[in-house]
Amino acid sequence: MCLGIPGKILDCFESQGLRMAKVEFGGIVREACLQCIPEACVGDYVLVHVGFAIARMDEQEASRTYRLLEEMGQLNELKPSDNENGA
Amino acid sequence: MKYVDEYRSGALARNIVREIRQVQTRPWVIMEVCGGQTHSIVKHGIDELLPEGIELVHGPGCPVCVTSLEMIDKAHAIARRPEVIFTSFGDMLRVPGSEADLLTLKSQGADVRVVYSPLDALKIARANPEKKVVFFAIGFETTAPANATAVWQAKREGVKNFSMLVSHVLVPPAIAAILQAPQNRVQGFLGPGHVCAVRGFGEYEAISSRFRVPIAITGFEPLDILEGTLMVVRQLESGRAKVENQYVRAVRREGNRMAQELMSEVFEICDRKWRGVGAIPKSGYRLRSEFRDHDAGRLFEVEEIDTQEPAACISGQILKGVKKPHDCPAFGTSCTPQHPLGATMVSAEGACAAYYLYGRHLRKEETGHVT
Repeated sequence: MCLGIPGKILDCFESQGLRMAKVEFGGIVREACLQCIPEACVGDYVLVHVGFAIARMDEQEASRTYRLLEEMGQLNELKPSDNENGA
Repeated sequence: MKYVDEYRSGALARNIVREIRQVQTRPWVIMEVCGGQTHSIVKHGIDELLPEGIELVHGPGCPVCVTSLEMIDKAHAIARRPEVIFTSFGDMLRVPGSEADLLTLKSQGADVRVVYSPLDALKIARANPEKKVVFFAIGFETTAPANATAVWQAKREGVKNFSMLVSHVLVPPAIAAILQAPQNRVQGFLGPGHVCAVRGFGEYEAISSRFRVPIAITGFEPLDILEGTLMVVRQLESGRAKVENQYVRAVRREGNRMAQELMSEVFEICDRKWRGVGAIPKSGYRLRSEFRDHDAGRLFEVEEIDTQEPAACISGQILKGVKKPHDCPAFGTSCTPQHPLGATMVSAEGACAAYYLYGRHLRKEETGHVT
């Protein structure tokens, strides 16, 4: 229910006085309301839930988290494999 | 898809599991709050990937599941009226009330329509001025800004035939209720990432320090859930209890201020009854009196409905993390997604329905506590 999908803003426009956008999700384009993300513009990624953008995705933080997880793996490989069974 | 696929890497998942194993010295019980996380955990088998002794228990974070039977019966009474077009998210269609579900009402001639967004319900109202269009507004804080916007816009535009039956629920009071229950087993939480994208995590800091419980605000992809679990295990092992933010790419401490302002303009906090759990004080939203002309709960007189849940159902204990689906004799036999007996089987995000969907009812001989 709280599903939120990150999508890329292709176009911003106004409809009935509400700030709206065309947002692309992996090839599918849908409308989303941008009323609560006024700073978002074309090219930004927003998290969309029930046709409503609730947050702007932070690209730098996304790649930083991923990099840290990758580094965790590299560090693990340097550690002795004392606990390799299972999983 | 950007921000999604990279958080599903199997190699990195194994690294995090290995790290958890190295940090962990004793068993811990951790609850994921959100039904979306429950679904992801069961779908990807994350609980079975975790080292022995790290138990994930499934929380009450499925708004479809916890919508009270009284509210569902009320929705059905409104949907049956000939002058009404009743609109709802698709998840709600198969949820049984005391007599039927919305899909059955539709087959009997009621005008029930599924919408993707509450703004679509508003469009239907504009296009059908001779009808009364009612939207069933359920959800947690994640959904509240969208629902608030639809009713705020209806008032601003003067769309008089649009109203909402509001049954919103709030996460922090539910977490507090779980921690205060005498039989509580939960020692740490994966916090609900999208709820916090809207609300921020100040409320969770208050809970963490009041109950001395670690909380990691966590996303929904497998690597998110594993990293959130690692953060909580690290805190538990070192005796710390604070809020950490695993989901930094979407969640900021203050949340979405504009969304919060809109929500408090439209909604006010009220007591709310949760299906399977019971009443929790100050755990819901209702429309403010300024929006009474769009409040379906006021506009449609519905008689008080006396409801009763099946005695066999243990969903209340599952929602509080005390029991697992396999602990219930009805699970997968007399209770299935086609014929649900209670809250946790009615939506795919409920723990019982997720277990069923991914075939776990076929291994009933296994213990419910996956270790």
